[in-house]
Parts: sequence; structure tokens; C-alpha cells
Amino acid sequence: MDGEILRDPTRRFVLQTGAATGGGLMLSFTMAAEGHAAGATQVNAYVRIGADSKVTIASKVPEVGQGIKTSLPMLIAEELDVEWSAVTVEQAIADTKVYGRQVAGGSMATTLEYDGLRRVGATVRALLIQAAATRWNVPVDSCSTDRGVVIAGNRRAAYGELVEDAAKLPAPDPKTLTLKDPKAFRIIGQSHKSQNLDAITKGKPLYGIDTRVPGMLFATFAKAPVFGAKVASVDLAPAKAVKGVKDAFVIEGGANLNGLLPGVAVVANSWWAARKGREALEIKWAEHPTSAQSSAAFAAKAAELAKAPPQRVDRADGDVDAALKGAAKTVSAAYSYPFIAHAPLEPQNCTAVVKDGKVEIWAPTQNPEPGRKLVAAALNVPEEAITIHLVRGGGGFGRRLNNDYMVEAAAIAAKAGVPVQLIWTREDDIQHDFYRPGGWHNLTAGLDASGKLVAWNDHFVSFGEGERFNSSAGFNATQFPCRAVDNYRVQVSVMPLGMPTGPLRAPGNNAFGFVLQSFTDELAQAAGQDPVAFRRDLLGAPRLLGEAGKGDSFHTGRMRGVLDLVAEKSGWGRKLPAGTGMGVACHYSHMGYVAVVIQVTVKDGALKVDKAWAAADCGRQIINPKGAEQQVQGSVLDAVGAALAQEITFEGGATTQSNFGDFPLLRMADAFDVEVHFKLSDNNPTGLGEPAYPPAPAALCNAIFAATGKRIRNLPVGDQLA
Amino acid sequence: MAFTLSVNGETKTADVDGDTPLLWVLRDTLGLVGAKYGCGAALCGACTVHLDGAPVRACITPIESVGKKKVTTIEGIGKSPVGAKVQEAWKAIDVPQCGYCQAGQIMSATALLTQKPKPTDEDIDAAMNGNLCRCATYIRIKKAIKVAAGQEKA
Repeated sequence: MDGEILRDPTRRFVLQTGAATGGGLMLSFTMAAEGHAAGATQVNAYVRIGADSKVTIASKVPEVGQGIKTSLPMLIAEELDVEWSAVTVEQAIADTKVYGRQVAGGSMATTLEYDGLRRVGATVRALLIQAAATRWNVPVDSCSTDRGVVIAGNRRAAYGELVEDAAKLPAPDPKTLTLKDPKAFRIIGQSHKSQNLDAITKGKPLYGIDTRVPGMLFATFAKAPVFGAKVASVDLAPAKAVKGVKDAFVIEGGANLNGLLPGVAVVANSWWAARKGREALEIKWAEHPTSAQSSAAFAAKAAELAKAPPQRVDRADGDVDAALKGAAKTVSAAYSYPFIAHAPLEPQNCTAVVKDGKVEIWAPTQNPEPGRKLVAAALNVPEEAITIHLVRGGGGFGRRLNNDYMVEAAAIAAKAGVPVQLIWTREDDIQHDFYRPGGWHNLTAGLDASGKLVAWNDHFVSFGEGERFNSSAGFNATQFPCRAVDNYRVQVSVMPLGMPTGPLRAPGNNAFGFVLQSFTDELAQAAGQDPVAFRRDLLGAPRLLGEAGKGDSFHTGRMRGVLDLVAEKSGWGRKLPAGTGMGVACHYSHMGYVAVVIQVTVKDGALKVDKAWAAADCGRQIINPKGAEQQVQGSVLDAVGAALAQEITFEGGATTQSNFGDFPLLRMADAFDVEVHFKLSDNNPTGLGEPAYPPAPAALCNAIFAATGKRIRNLPVGDQLA
Repeated sequence: MAFTLSVNGETKTADVDGDTPLLWVLRDTLGLVGAKYGCGAALCGACTVHLDGAPVRACITPIESVGKKKVTTIEGIGKSPVGAKVQEAWKAIDVPQCGYCQAGQIMSATALLTQKPKPTDEDIDAAMNGNLCRCATYIRIKKAIKVAAGQEKA
């Protein structure tokens, strides 16, 4: 079940003609597929069945480690009614006309595809049944299926015997399709291993960086440390003198930080030669208006804005000022979090062939279509002339929702006149990210005499201009406890920013979870209540806050469910030795409700995370339980690693950090067990790549408080415990 | 200049500058792309290969320093009984998420188990601490090492 590897492009799902949207039928054709010696018939854009009844299923969404290449094809296979062991999965090509949304982002694939892809499987099954019924001259109703075989009385035909006939039939009326009763699921709800597992463990070519195209050269691309600065002058000769270097040239680029930026490309017969050539370049960068910006200046400006009247109010419920005045107790605290980088382990890269007005691209992108538009604009070619192969990405975390590396590779290949693989250095990656923006929250809350929350005010200081926030720098003012407290207000002040920002795993929420749930802990402390009990009271009776069906609605009962579950599983409230503490946090994002408890021990200023427990409610069905557990574990560890040590700072308009030495990732010795539990609820299944991240930093810092009495209000934790 | 190398038991030649890191000779000259580029500075371990059985970071190992030492990469590690066991354990535990670091993880784990067939948790932490996993699959990496060592069941 190990799908395609890169050197075999003929095995991709390349649609030739007549494709319809949303799993509708296309004109069938046969293609010789390796591994399907008997030949195979394409039934629709997603399913190909061999004469040997082996099934190949296309996975539409890019795979970057979120496990979607396993879970989405499982949906099709379930309703198609085949053995999972008979299924090979292949990555679909980027083609929204055929596949619709192809984005690894927002934890949305499960939410959006759960019904649709089951219908794709059910459609193919219905065609196979129709083919059998026609062949046997029996009513369709008398036919059933069982694991790749159509059965009517004592007649049986394997799918492979029927597929050629089935592929010629018109699509059935969608209204006539019946989906399986979930009780009958054999594939959904069972754990299935990652696709490409065998190839990964054997080091076979799979990733963007492994792509090999005939005649291909390797490229590096030097951009200005100050984002968007132009090349003032460059001496290309020293680079061209390096052995193996074939060409070096300036790419003009533009001023839009989301587009093709100016820089100098070096093209060589090996990447090392391209890198040596790049280091030999002497580039003078032009002055740039943002070259005086720095983290120190941002912090100073944030402090000034926090003291000044807010620039605007994004939400005001009740009368916050009066409620604060009448409160028995008020609590104020200022929180902040830094910029951080995504740093997927596979550096940004892309392979591009530009020839005869056509462009072919192999990219580990999470979001191909905006990349297509960038390439079309930069090369002045129609979008239809661009083919994008979705290559397995060595991590994404939101970084690859942007396609800067794609347009760079295309521009370099076009200018060099040969196929090019662009690979960024790690330093390029850390210094040219679309960062998770830093931010500041100045919070004040009021408690009544019984310790109940009666007022909440947040003056949020962020980056933007006028009414506009920079990417991922905005705050959704309906975050809990909005609508659970009568007097609630979000004030906003912004300052301009010259650095590109963008979504990082659970965008916005990855920082808000820390702020909101840490401050909630402070309120529990002020109220003299247990942190779990205080949260239960705040959630109150099970009810929906906000409008049903809206992404920002919040169900207090679902959150209560995961809070209770994580408290139970972690043994919340048990006696712990001195220096050890447990912290709790719960946060809603990406349609998922997640509560996390973390236990830490702090000894002589040294922090050790002992263990974490997570409980998640992402609907009524977990598609691939082991895969789901992996996502939750990875999210919690990722979040804790970032909260402990990660920070991007700027000086002179440029990024200070450059590699894993000064931008550290969590390592083995600091990793800890994450025990994962799921709370099933009668809601549609939703995604899990992100929602377990936001509560973890707050659970960590609340545990530190429980262990030491030290409240962490500014991330990263760094040396604050020393 | 031309260098003669023993890679996975085969003799290979590469005509490159002597300061070229082994990683790029493997990837760009010899077509063995299993070892990965992650940092270029021995900070992440994605490029880990063996020289005479010892784990090294190929991204900072100049080709001129390799000499007659036998190079083993992820593509050849399955020929050793320990390597094959580690690969099997990785599959049994379903360790990878994105998978990009796992070749390096498997090379470090195989070197560890060759040296210490029954490692303690501390041994594992020490041997594996140079291998970053951005997806944070560490829990399963540790489990898989113990399964390969016969200390735990899959």
C-alpha cells in the first residue's frame, strides 16, 4: 500500500478530458499503471480499478504530515466497499476544476470532505452494481456488495470484472445514493497506517527536494535581509567563477511581500556549488523604508499604545466600565507573545520546468492555486498552461500556504532556460518566513463577591494599519468568554509592520489560547477557586453561544465535556510533591473543542514537563484513530516546544535568528508523553491538525504557576524560571 | 577532483571539490536522496549517515575527509540485521508524520542499538537528541527503538 514515488510521474492521476466537479464522472479512459499489470480503468477522478480488482484512490489534499492522504481515501474506500489492503493511494494533481478545494489548511479537509468523498465511493459502487445488474439481467435491488465483489443470489463478480462496463455508464442520480450506516463501517473508525510508510523508512524519493527532472540544475536565491529591498548592485563574476556554477542573475521582483521579491539567483550543477556561488556574490541592497524597524521599537510602541486610549473598539457587550467599578475585585495583567517561525524540517523548495509557453511545477505546497496565480502573473502565462504536482511536504504548519518558493523557482527556471530545482538554505527559511506575529493583550477583569466573572476588558495591541490587521495578526472578538459574561469588551490598537506574517498552526488561536486561558487561571486564583471548578462555573449550563452553524459559535456543553474528561483522566486535584504542579486549559478553534492538562516539575529553576493529557471533541466519528492521536500529540508537543524557547526578533528591519541554534525546536530529551482521549458528540466530524495546539501553552504556564507560584505572562518561558 | 567511495557496499566515484559535503555528493552526484538537508550545520540530524558504522552528519562532512571509511545510508541500512529491525519497528509503530526527518532518526537509532542492544531511556535521549522532528514524533520514536530492541511489543 505504498503509493507513488517521485521517479514515476506516469502514475499520477492526470485527467485527460471531460472532468466534472465534485466527484462527478469524467469520460473514462484506461491507463497502464505500474503495479496494475492487468491494466486499470479510471472510473472517475478519484477511483481507478484494475482487472485484478486492485483499487487506486486519489487523495486530493496535499500531504504535509497531517495524515490526510490516509484518512480521505479511507472515506472513499469505505463506501466503495473494498478491502483497505486492496487500495493504493496516489496524490492527485492540483486541479480545482476537478477536485474543488485542495488546501492543507484550516483543519478543514475532514469537515468539508466527510460527506462528499463518501459519496464519491458510493457513486462508483452504484456503477459497479449497475454494470452487474445489466450483465446478469437482474434488478439493481437484488445486488449487493461485499469487499470488492458484487453479489446477486449465487452470482458473484469481482469489481475488476465489472469496471470496464461500469466506467461507460452515466453517473447515477445523487439522490439515489445511500450511504452506509456508520454502525457498518469497516474502514472508517479503524486505525490505518500512514501512506508512504515503507518509502519513508527506506529513504525512497518522496519529497519536493527529492524531485529529479531530466536536465535539471540546482538553484539558490539570495534575498535582502530587509524584506523586499531591491538589489542596488551586484558583482556576479565571483559566483560564476565557482566550479559547477552555470549562471547567476538578478531577479527584479516587486514590492509585494506576498509576491516575487527581488534577489540574486545562482544556478549550478549541484546545490552545493550553487550555494558556494551565492556566498561568493557581493550584493549591495538598496535602502528600504522598513530598515529601521526592530523588536525593541515594537515593544516600546506597544507599551505606549497600551497606555493611550484605544484606536477602536471591536466589540462591546454590556457596560464594562460600570461593571468593573462595581466589582468586588479587579484583576489586571499584561500578556505578550513573540513572533515565531514555522521551520518545517524540509526547507522551502520547488522544481520548475518552463518550456514552450508551458510551466510544470513540483511543489511541496499546502495551497497550490494562489501559487498558480503568482506564477501566471510573474511569467505572463495563462493559468491553464501551468501544471502543479503536489509533492509530499516535509512539514507544513501553515508555512506552505504561501507559495513564494514556487514563483521564485518558476522565475529562475524561465530566466535560466533550463529545468531548475530551487532549495532555500535553513537560514533563508528562518529569515524569510511569513511569521506568526507577536502581540500584546492588556487585560482587566472584575469578579463579584462570590468570585463570579462580571466584566472582561482586553486592549489588544497588534500590527496593522487603520481598520486592517496584518495577516494572522487579528483577534476574533467572539473568543470565549465572550457571550458568557455580560460585560465584555475588546479594544484594539495597531502599528505598522514591515515583516511578512501569515498563518501558523491554529493561526491567532495559537497565541490567544495562551493569553485567555492563562488569564482565566489568574481569575480562578483571585476568586480562590480551583482552576477546573472556576472554568466549569464560567462555562455554565450547556448552551450554544452565538449563531448555530457559524464558525465562531461556541458550545459550552462540548467544552465542559472535554474539560471533565481531561480532569478525570489526569487525576486532577490529586496530591503532588513540592515543586510539581498541574495546569489546565481549554480552547475552541477550527470547530474543535480541546482541553489539556500538563504536569511539570521545577527544580532549582530547571523545568521538566512530566506528562500531558488531552481530551478532544471533534464530532461523532474519528476517522483514523491512530492518526488522530498523532495529530493531538504532535500539536501539544509543538505548542510546548514553541512556548518554552522560540522567539523571532528583528533588528534593522531584518530577522536576528538564522538556524536551529538560535531558533530551537523541541528535542527528544525534552519530549513527554501525551495521553489522548476523544469525546464523541453528535456533531459532524471536524479536523484535528490544529485545535489541540492553542490550549497547550496555557496549560504549561498554569502548571508552572501551580509548581512555583511564578506566573508566566510573556512567551517564551525561556530563562524566566532561573 | 575524483573521489572513490564505498557506499552501501558499492564502489562509487564522484568528481567534486574536496570541501563538498558528503550529503550533496550523495544527493546530487550519486542520486541517493534518502539523507535529507535540514540545516547544513549539524543541528538537526536529518542528514545522518554512518561512516564505518558511526553516525555522522553528512551536511558538514567534507568528502575529502571520508577516505576509505565505509559509507552507509538509509538506502543501505536495511542490509544490516539491526537496521532492518529498526525499519520494521518504525513501520509497526507507524512512527512518521511528515516523515522528512525519519531517515536520519533511523540511522541514529540503528547506530545506538548496534552499540547498545538494550538501551535505557537515558541512552535513547542521549543518542537521539541531535535528531530533530518538527512533527514531534518523539514518543513513537522512543517506542519503536524499544520494540526494535525487543524491550517492548509493538
